[in-house]
Amino acid sequence: MDLRFSAEELAFREEVRGFIRDNLPDDIREKLQLGHKIEKPDLVRWQRILNKKGWAAFNWPKEWGGPGWTPIQRMMFLEEIQTFPAPEVNPFNVTMLGPVLIQFGSDEQKQRFLPRAANLDDWWCQGFSEPGAGSDLAALKTAARREGDHYIVNGQKIWTSTAHMADWCFCLVRTNPQAAKKQEGISFLLIDMKTPGITVRPIISIDGEHHLNEVFFDDVKVPVDMRVYEENKGWDVAKFLLGNERTGIARIGKSKERINFSKQKAKEMRAHGKPLSQDPEFRRRIAALETELKSLEITQLRVLSAQKANERRQDPLTAVLKLKGTELLQATTELAMDVAGPLAMPDWADELEALSNEPELGPVWATEATRSYLFLRAASIYGGTNEIMKNIVSKGVLGL
Amino acid sequence: MDFDLTDEQRLLRDSVDRLLADTYTFEKRKGYSAEPEGWSRALWSRYAELGILGLPFAEEHGGFGGGGIETMLVMEAFGRALAVEPYLTSVVLCGTALRLAGNAALQSELLPQIAQGKLTVAFAHGERQARYDLSDVLTTAKRKGGGWVIDGAKSVVTQGDSAGKLIVSARIGGERDDGAGIALFLVDAKANGVARRAYRLRDGMGAAEISLSGVEVGRDALLSEAGAAYPIIERVAEAGIAATAAEAVGAMETMQKMTLEYLKTRQQFGKPIGENQALQHRATEMFVALEQGRSLAMLAAMMVDEPDAAERQRNIAMVKAGVGQAARFVSQNAVQLHGGIGMTEEYAVGHYFRRCMVIEHSFGDTGYHLSRLAEQVA
Repeated sequence: MDLRFSAEELAFREEVRGFIRDNLPDDIREKLQLGHKIEKPDLVRWQRILNKKGWAAFNWPKEWGGPGWTPIQRMMFLEEIQTFPAPEVNPFNVTMLGPVLIQFGSDEQKQRFLPRAANLDDWWCQGFSEPGAGSDLAALKTAARREGDHYIVNGQKIWTSTAHMADWCFCLVRTNPQAAKKQEGISFLLIDMKTPGITVRPIISIDGEHHLNEVFFDDVKVPVDMRVYEENKGWDVAKFLLGNERTGIARIGKSKERINFSKQKAKEMRAHGKPLSQDPEFRRRIAALETELKSLEITQLRVLSAQKANERRQDPLTAVLKLKGTELLQATTELAMDVAGPLAMPDWADELEALSNEPELGPVWATEATRSYLFLRAASIYGGTNEIMKNIVSKGVLGL
Repeated sequence: MDFDLTDEQRLLRDSVDRLLADTYTFEKRKGYSAEPEGWSRALWSRYAELGILGLPFAEEHGGFGGGGIETMLVMEAFGRALAVEPYLTSVVLCGTALRLAGNAALQSELLPQIAQGKLTVAFAHGERQARYDLSDVLTTAKRKGGGWVIDGAKSVVTQGDSAGKLIVSARIGGERDDGAGIALFLVDAKANGVARRAYRLRDGMGAAEISLSGVEVGRDALLSEAGAAYPIIERVAEAGIAATAAEAVGAMETMQKMTLEYLKTRQQFGKPIGENQALQHRATEMFVALEQGRSLAMLAAMMVDEPDAAERQRNIAMVKAGVGQAARFVSQNAVQLHGGIGMTEEYAVGHYFRRCMVIEHSFGDTGYHLSRLAEQVA
C-alpha cells in the first residue's frame, strides 16, 4: 500500500500542466479567470488543440485516436484541466458516445463518427430523458417504427443539454412496445439533428442560461444503419454508458478549483474589519471541505487502484464518488457564492457581457459564482438523482 | 500508487482476524472486561505468541519492524472485535515514544518485555487543565542529585490503572504551553509517591487519575534529551490518531453489518423495516461515511511516518476530524436504526457506539482538529 505516484506519473502531470499553460489560448484563459461565459467556438477551438496533441479523447484507446492512458493518467488529466482551470472536453462526445461506439458500434459507425467526435467536428447531445421517463428511464415512450431501411421516430425528449448547438443526438427509442419487460423494447439510435421533423425548444434554467431543451420528433426518418448494437438491446448500451464514466464522476478538480477561487476572492472581500480570508468561520468552512475532499481523493484512488486490476468490474465505491462528489461540488460552489456577499445577488450578466463605454457595473466573478452555484444544483439530479443512487446502493450493495 | 496488501500483510490480517474470531464473541468480551484489570492477561499472551505485541519494534528488540499499514490492520481487527486489551497504549503510544526517543538502554530493556507480553506501559501525559493542548503541561521535574523529582497530576490516563510502568511528561523548564521545556520520564507505576485512582471509561476500558508527589527517578529514567520531548509527544499523538482511525473503521464496519442485519430481519407492519426507503437511504449514508472514514484511516497509515512534518501534521489532523465525523454519524445512526434495542447495555451496538465516542475524545476531537486546520488555511 503506497500513496505516492511513480516518477513517470508525476512527470506526466507536469507535462499536462505545462501543455495547458503553453497552449490554452489567452482569450479563453482570461474569460475563465474573470468569470465570463465560454461560448461554443471557444470550446471547439480548445478541444481541437487537445485533439491535435492526441489528448481530447482522453479515455479512448490509441486505436481510435485516444492516448491509451491508464486510469491514473486520466484522473490526472481531468484534475489538471479542472483546477487550472481550462475548459473541459465535450462530455457527450468523449465520455459518453465514444466508449459506446468503441464497445458496440459497427466498423462503419466507428470510422465515420469517432474521429469527428474527438475533434468536435460533430457536437453530440444525449436524448435519454422524457417527460414521463426521468429516474425511471426505461419508461421512455419515444417510438421508432421500422419502415424498410428506416426507422420513423415520433416522440419527445426533455432536459437535452446543448441540443440547440448539436449536430447529432444519441437517442434511446422504443422499437418494441410489446416487449414483456420495458427494458427489452429499447434501441440506441444516432440521429442527425438536421433531419426534417426535429424541433428544438429552449428551457431556461434557474441560472438564467440556456443549456437545456425539449426536442420533438415528428415522423423523423433515421436510417437503420444508424442503430448502435442490436435492435431492442439498447438498454444494454445505455447501462454501459451510464456505468462507464467512473474516473470523472467525482469532479474533485472542479471542487478544488472552487475552493482555490474562494480563497483567492476572500482576500479581496471584508468581514468584521478584516479580510474575509482571515475570518475564523470562513477558514473553518474551508478546512472542513478540504478534509472531505481529501478523503474523497483517497476513495477515488482506491477505485482507480482496483480498476487497474480489473477494468470493467462494477465497484460499489463508485457510488461514494458520485454521492460525495456531487455534494462537495455543490458545497464548494455555495462557498464561492457566499464569498461574494451582497454581490451574489445582482443578475447583471448581460450588462457585463455587453460592450459599453460605461465603467463596469461590478465584478464579473461574483455573477459567475452565483451562476455556477445555481447551475450545479443540477449535479445531484442529472445522470440519476442522488436519491436514486441511494436506492441502487441499498439494494445492490447493502442487500436491503 | 497502489492499495494492495503484501502477502505478509494479508497473512497478518488473517491471523489476527482468526484469533479474534475464536476469542472475541460479545459474551466472552464481557468476561474479559469483568476481569480485575478490565482486559484478559491470557489473551495478551496469545497476542505475544502471534507476534503482534512487537509488531512495530525493530528486530533487535524482538519486533518485526512493521509500519503504519501493519498497525492499521491490527487496529481494524481490534475495532471489529471491540478488543479491550491495552494494545493502543502499550504498543502504539509507548512503543512510539520509546522508539522515537532513541534512549538505547531503555529500548533494549523495555521493548522486548512489551513484545513478550510481560510488561504494559501507559502514556501519562494529559492533564486536567490541558483539555487537548499537548504542550499544556504543569507537572514538573526538578533535578535532585543525579536524578529527578517529579510532582504533578495526570488525568484520564487510559489503561494507566493496570500498567506496570508509565511514561510521564514533565516540565523541566519554560512556562505553561511552552513545548520546549517538556521532558519524558519512565516511572514505575508502583514507585513511591505515585498514587493511582482507577475507574472505567465509558467504553469499559480502564483508566486512572494519577498523582505524582515527590516521585524520585534516576538519571536513566529520562527518555530523551531534556527538553526535546515535545516533538515526540506530537508523534505519539499522531500515532494514536492513525491507530484509532483504523480501530474506528473496524468498529464502524461491525456497526454497519449489525445494522444491515437488523434492517433485514426486524419485522414491523408485516415486512422487514429495511424495506422503508428512509432507512435504506440512511444505511447508504452510513456506507458512504464508513468508506470515506476508511480512506482516511489508510491515509493516516501511510502518513504516520512521513518525514515532512507540516505535511504529516496537516494530513493527520484531517484524518482525526474526518474519521471523527464519520464515526459519529455511523454510530449514532446504528443506534437509531436499531431503535430501542440499540439503547440497551445487553446489545453490542451500544458498546461500539461508546468506543467510538471515547476514540473521538482522544488526541483532540473533531472541532479541535478542524480549528487547527482552519488556522493553517493558506
